[in-house]
Parts: sequence; C-alpha cells; structure tokens
Amino acid sequence: MTNRSGTPILKLSNVSKVFSGYRALDGVSLEVYPGQVLCLLGDNGAGKSTLIKVLAGFHEPTSGTLEVNGEVTAFKSPKDASEAGIATVHQFGGTFPLMSIGRSFFVGVEPTKGWGPFKRFDRHYANETAVKAMQALGITRVTDGDRLIGGLSGGERQAAAIARAVHFGANVLILDEPTAALGVKEAAHVLRIVMQARNKGVAVILVTHNVSHALTVGDHFAVLIHGQKADDFAKGERTREQITDLMAGGEAMAELEQELNTLTGSIERIN
Amino acid sequence: MSKTSSAQTSFVDKILNLARRPELGALSGTVIVYAFFTYFGGSQFTDLGGVSSWANTAAELLIIALPVGLLMIAGEFDLSVGSVVAGSSVTLALVSGFYGLPTWVGVLAALALGATSGYLNGLMVTRTKVPSFIVTLAMQFGLAGLTLGLVRLITLTTAIPLKDDSFIKTLFGGKFGIGAGGPEQFENAIFWAIGVVLVVVWMLHVSPYGNWIFALGGDIVSARAAGVQVEKTKIALFMSTGIGASLVGIIQALLYNGTSTSGGQSFVFNSVIAVVIGGVLLTGGYGSVVGIVLGTCTFAIVNQGVYYTGWDSDWAALILGILLLSAVLMNNTFRKLAISGGKKKEVKKND
Repeated sequence: MTNRSGTPILKLSNVSKVFSGYRALDGVSLEVYPGQVLCLLGDNGAGKSTLIKVLAGFHEPTSGTLEVNGEVTAFKSPKDASEAGIATVHQFGGTFPLMSIGRSFFVGVEPTKGWGPFKRFDRHYANETAVKAMQALGITRVTDGDRLIGGLSGGERQAAAIARAVHFGANVLILDEPTAALGVKEAAHVLRIVMQARNKGVAVILVTHNVSHALTVGDHFAVLIHGQKADDFAKGERTREQITDLMAGGEAMAELEQELNTLTGSIERIN
Repeated sequence: MSKTSSAQTSFVDKILNLARRPELGALSGTVIVYAFFTYFGGSQFTDLGGVSSWANTAAELLIIALPVGLLMIAGEFDLSVGSVVAGSSVTLALVSGFYGLPTWVGVLAALALGATSGYLNGLMVTRTKVPSFIVTLAMQFGLAGLTLGLVRLITLTTAIPLKDDSFIKTLFGGKFGIGAGGPEQFENAIFWAIGVVLVVVWMLHVSPYGNWIFALGGDIVSARAAGVQVEKTKIALFMSTGIGASLVGIIQALLYNGTSTSGGQSFVFNSVIAVVIGGVLLTGGYGSVVGIVLGTCTFAIVNQGVYYTGWDSDWAALILGILLLSAVLMNNTFRKLAISGGKKKEVKKND
C-alpha cells in the first residue's frame, strides 16, 4: 500500500535543533505523504516532542530545511504552520472541558448569523456541524452538540479534536501520544479514527511509544534516539521484536557512540 | 445504534442536564433565603418597602458583579472595583461639585477613570503575566491612596458635597415608586442593572465573543492556538469591570448628593461572593448570567433581610459565609463531574 513516490506533503532535510548547547534534534530527515500514517517512535527525551514542535511552528530549526509540497518554507509561528494545513492534537485532545461540543468546535472561528454589531453566535449550525464531523469519524454515540466536552470519554475527546482539525482543512495531522492516557478499548477507537482520517487523504504523524499501536496503523515508521533518526522503514520491513529491541537498546548504543565521539572528536568538530 | 435516541430520551436528558446545572443551586439558594427571611422578617420584609431595600442593593451590586463574573469566567479576578467606585464618585464630585463644571462632564470624567484603571489592570496582567489577583489588589490600594491623597490636597476634607437637580441626577441617582402614590423608594439603578443584564446576556450567551470568554477560562493555550485574541479580550473585560464600578460610583454620588473617599470598598468582596454563589467557577471556564443574577439577589436578600428580623446584622455575615462555602463546594463537585464525565481515567504515562 505504501506509495512513497510523488511529492511529499512535508519533507525535513537534515534538521537540527539546538537548545543552549543541548542538541535536541540532530540531522533528522523525514518525508510525510498524504493518505499515509507516519509513526514517530522513541523513548522519552528522544526528541519526538521537539520534532513535532518544529513541524507545528513552535520552534524554528537551528539548521536544515523544511519543505511543504516541495517548496522550502520556514515557519515563524504556529500560525504559519496551521495556515499550511498542519494541525496538532495533544494528548487530552481538546481542551475546554466545560464548553459544549458545538462551542468548543468553533473556538476562534465562530459561525455567526445577523449583521454588524448584531452578529449572533450560530449555535444551531455550530452544534450540527460539530456532531456531523464527529459522526463522520465513527463517533455515533454523540448526537447532542450542547453536551459538555468534559462529559465525553477520552477517545471521544480525541475524536472531537481530530474532527475539528479535519473540518478546518488540515492536511497534516500531528497526534501527540493520543493513546497514552486511554484504556485498551478507547485506544482502539482512536486508532480507528486515525485510519478514517488517513482514508480521507490526510497525512497523519502519530507520535507514540507504544509499538503495538504504531504497527496497527502505521504505513511508515521512524525511530528517534537521542535526537537522531536511528531507523526509518516501511510497513512490514521490520518485526515487532526488531523495533522493540531498537527502542530499548538504542539508548545504550547512543551512549556508546557518544563515548567514542569524545575519544575521536565530536561530530561538530569533525564537521 | 443510539443514533435514534431522539425525542423522549433527549427530553429526559434535558431535565437531567438542567438538574446538574449549577444555576439550580443558585436558584435554590435564593428561594431558601427568601423563605427564611419571609418567615423571620414578616410582612415588612415582603411588602414593597422590604423588596425595594434588597432590590436596590442587588441592582447596585449587579452592575459590578456581572462584569466581574465575565472576568472570572475568563479566569481572572478584579479586586480593584472598590477603589474604582470610590475614585469615580470622588472624581464626579470634584469635577462637578468642587469645581462646578456641568454634571455630564463629571460623569464622563468618572467613566474615563473607570475605563483607564481597567485598561491598566488588563495591560499589566497581559504584559507581565503577574496574576490578576495581585495586579488588581495593587490597583485597589494604589487608587485608594491616590484618591484620598489628592482629595485631601485639593479640598482639605474627605467628603465632597454635590448639588444637582438636573436630568442627569434623575437619570443616575433618581428614585421611583410603584403603584399610584407609592413612595419613591426604588432606585433608578434598577433600570441600569437591567440594562447591564441585557448587554452581558448578549455578550456571553449570544455574541460570538462569549465563546472567547469561555475559552479563555477553559484553556488559554488552546484558545490562543485556535485564534482567540487573548490580550484584547482580557483588556476589554478588565475595562468593563472598571466601567461597571465607575457607573456605581456615579449613581452613589448623585443619589447621596455627595461622596466620601471611603465609600464603595465593600463591593470588592461582595461582588466575588455574589458571583460564586451564582455558580461561576473560581477556576474559570463556566458560569452564566442567570446564575450571577440569582447569586446577587441571594446576597442582597441576606444582607438587607436581616434588618427585618430584629437580630443583630452580624448574623447576615455568618449566613453569607455559610452560603459562600456551600456554593464553592457545590461548584467544585459540579466541575469534577463535568470534567470526568462521571468516569475514572488512567493517569497519563509519559512526557
């Protein structure tokens, strides 16, 4: 199924990010294609968060280039990234627990009726659109847009956030550990939603440290260790054991590499 | 499967949702204290004189409590309203009483003071990220000191008379009676309060900006990411509490034909009490105009009702303390239920 020909919607070339002497990302290259799920795997502190923050425009890379649809682009702010169609959904997926589904769906882009100073928030339209968007992702249990977000299950909240992103034209969806806080059933539900988004032609970047979840939905995989891309492979090219070993043993390997670097001169000094 | 859970269940849901809303707590609070003081206060409390006594108190408090409520829904506090009330009525009395300029000039000057202090509060909160609790507390003391100091310097007293019989006096500080020949015991502030209620209902529940206010109190980071103009909204909200407070300052100065520098300080805590009894969460993100109106009425009924019982007025404070505590406990329970959706959640594991 993996079609990696054509122009990637997002392409990172040799991207590094240095925070006051600490190299959080080190020469990472990645390609993201529409209608595919790219799984970013890695232990805590491997640089996953930094990488997605670079993609979402929160950080500017120290070096390296970012291409959107083949054109070199620099994101100065999260706004630039969202205008390029990149949306990030965080672990608890949205955010306003005490707002209604309809209201929270349209925060910042409220639909109105009426004119001039008499513009009214179009509650009916907001509720209907939000519920429809969620049902399109398979959340059929939600029928009332007046319900509070806080009353939804964790998976449904993720769905609400994903539905919002897709509705507002996101073509790259970054999901930051969407299953980490969920039980088995809920996680399965979220993964199903990920597949729905993928089938709509959205490029999904799924950040996770759960190998099983990644293998279920991923088309392509990248493993980060200590800010470097340790491996990059398509579906079926590695076994579950190989990936788990890489993630677990990677740390020791990187330590060894660093030790060797101090003996032979660091990468920066060689360059 | 539950796609067709239509008319009947949604009706039951609606009733249940209504029962879960914190406004119901506010309503039961109002009903209980009204019944309580009707029993102990007798017919004097329930006749027009009694009603006017708490309605006047409620009206003045409401003009401040509603914008303060909006601000608290957006997750901020304003503890400077007391000094803005005092400062505004002093400004009006100085300009129009002491210097003898037309009353409307004094009214505009007083409103400008309220708007400016609110703007400064908002600017400091959004620029420095210092909690609004501290910023507005500093404003409360700073403005009180400034008002007192300047008035002493200029007039050599702390009380300034203001004599005015114009239309503007009637507009802000007039009174009216109910029924033919009924004594003029209801303040025109009641009409102002109704006006403020309508504006705030529009703002919070009808206009698109209401969404921003809820979003600010719910999750400011997400609100910003979603495109809400965080700074502008907050500054506007701080200005609205300032203007509300100065409106009350104007009303009091014209009602009592003068002012003293110490007036209005009770509004600081009274407004917060009224808003919290009305079901607004201290953490922000939830609240309603209906709730705030009910909370304010409850406050005013207790505050004034105690005079009709023949007891010492200290007991009113005790009742308000108990009401406040139970309201906060109820609001917190509501918040917990709403956020968890009645379900337990696994602890988040990493990052």
